Amino acid sequence: MSDVYVVGIDMIKFGRFPERSVPEIAAESALGALDDAGLTIQDMQGLWCGNLYQANAMVGQRMLQEIGQTGIPVVNCSNACATGATAFRDAWLAIKAGVYDVVLAVGVEQMGRGLLGGGGGGKGIPKEGLLGSGLMPAVFAEAGMEHARKYGTTFEQFAKVSVKNHHHSTLNPKAMYQKETPLDEVMNAEMIAYPNTKLMCSVNVDGSAAAVLASEAKVKELGLMGRAVRVKASVLTSDPWQERDLVMPDVNTCTRLAAQAAYEMAGVGPDDIDLVELHDCFATAEILHYENLGLCADGEAGKLIDEGQTALGGRVPVNVSGGLLSKGHPLGATGIANIFEVSTHLRGEAGKRQVEGARLGLTHVIGLGSACAIHVLEKVG
Amino acid sequence: MADDTQASGPLPVVDFLKLPEGGDPYLEGHVCSSCSAIFLGARRHCSKCGARDSLAPKRLENRGTLYVYSIVHRSFPGIETPYISAIVDLEGGGTVKGNLIGIDPDPEKLTMGMPVEVVYKDALGRKDKEGNSYISYFFQPAAG
Ligand SMILES: [Zn+2]
Repeated sequence: MSDVYVVGIDMIKFGRFPERSVPEIAAESALGALDDAGLTIQDMQGLWCGNLYQANAMVGQRMLQEIGQTGIPVVNCSNACATGATAFRDAWLAIKAGVYDVVLAVGVEQMGRGLLGGGGGGKGIPKEGLLGSGLMPAVFAEAGMEHARKYGTTFEQFAKVSVKNHHHSTLNPKAMYQKETPLDEVMNAEMIAYPNTKLMCSVNVDGSAAAVLASEAKVKELGLMGRAVRVKASVLTSDPWQERDLVMPDVNTCTRLAAQAAYEMAGVGPDDIDLVELHDCFATAEILHYENLGLCADGEAGKLIDEGQTALGGRVPVNVSGGLLSKGHPLGATGIANIFEVSTHLRGEAGKRQVEGARLGLTHVIGLGSACAIHVLEKVG
Repeated sequence: MADDTQASGPLPVVDFLKLPEGGDPYLEGHVCSSCSAIFLGARRHCSKCGARDSLAPKRLENRGTLYVYSIVHRSFPGIETPYISAIVDLEGGGTVKGNLIGIDPDPEKLTMGMPVEVVYKDALGRKDKEGNSYISYFFQPAAG
């Protein structure tokens, strides 16, 4: 089976675009990715389009109505916050299977403001605030408190994640925010769901990201190996049964399963990874995933953040893009935006936030419900 | 079909809260006869082991321990804050999520692992469109 490469990739600067349509937002990054590869929509043999909030509205075809209706197969996909990564992975699978040589994957989202989750009351009366909380800040707070229970992780350690990622975003012009948030500001921000303050919750933004994927033969034929990024592993898992998962979504096990499979597929270990873009939907979540991805031993995530090992310049920089906390989290776009970030570093084109000498990077997303996608990407040459 | 629904007393907030006539309220789990997994609410098949038609009802205990919590300060409009969202492991099995009451919503006061008991009360005055009132379950600190 052929190796699969990213030959073009782009994301738009995340923001709020209520005046634009979802297909328009998607088209901008799709054209950016095509330009990055020096290809056109006529060169694409298929399109995988990830979007959540208009999952039944043929966003992929409507995007082609913006940029070129060539009659290619279009798959619209939705997989919670793993939506974009799932679109990318299914595009990868199609090339891996030898059916196509060069295809496009797009992730796009237009978000409202405000709290996510907590809706599913069904019949009877609303359950939020009566049977605890189904709101995302609380759900991920509880997941963080499980880590605190086991290892004594503190509010301050969780808050440091947000300080770090906001700092990183000051170096990323495509992030929603470019603003330092010192520790006291993070800890004293409005408490949303202890221990997550407002600055420890990801930002709801609109955005899109897109990638052109190609087979090895096609990359060579097109002469694009110079800036190509090799997809060393692509893994998708769902959540296996867990004792408490009826009331407490388990973001750990599906990540651990995916990480193990991804390292095996790539033939590398966590120590080989030069940078990571992981799913920091809340500051508490990032701490859990340090251990889930094997970046440190179980129980050492607090120490990792305390020692600055995951900051730019540290042993394994995490979320140098600013992460979901500050770059922003347009659900369906996030998976491909993470791949954009890592690819940009592997190409040595990340400017002020460049992780020096990066050769191998990992991206991770989690969609509650649950889906986990991990990709390992490698610099070519 | 005029007033059938009005005639009965308060309704249970979820279908796994049972209000037996003349008896005490309780939470009901469903246990897999094949692998012993415990679920909340009636179901046919077991999602842990895949056994079919393997589930039987079981009365869950009213005592347990606080596994983890979050203190919610911002919620939907009209919902009173703060409240403690608590995940409780019940003695004898079963994990339930609910509001922890009868203790300050303050991390200094809350200890993961602390004993709690399940109590049953009116559902904070919430009523459905037909005007029915509901009984809910809550957790409160129990003597060690
Ligand atoms: Zn079973």
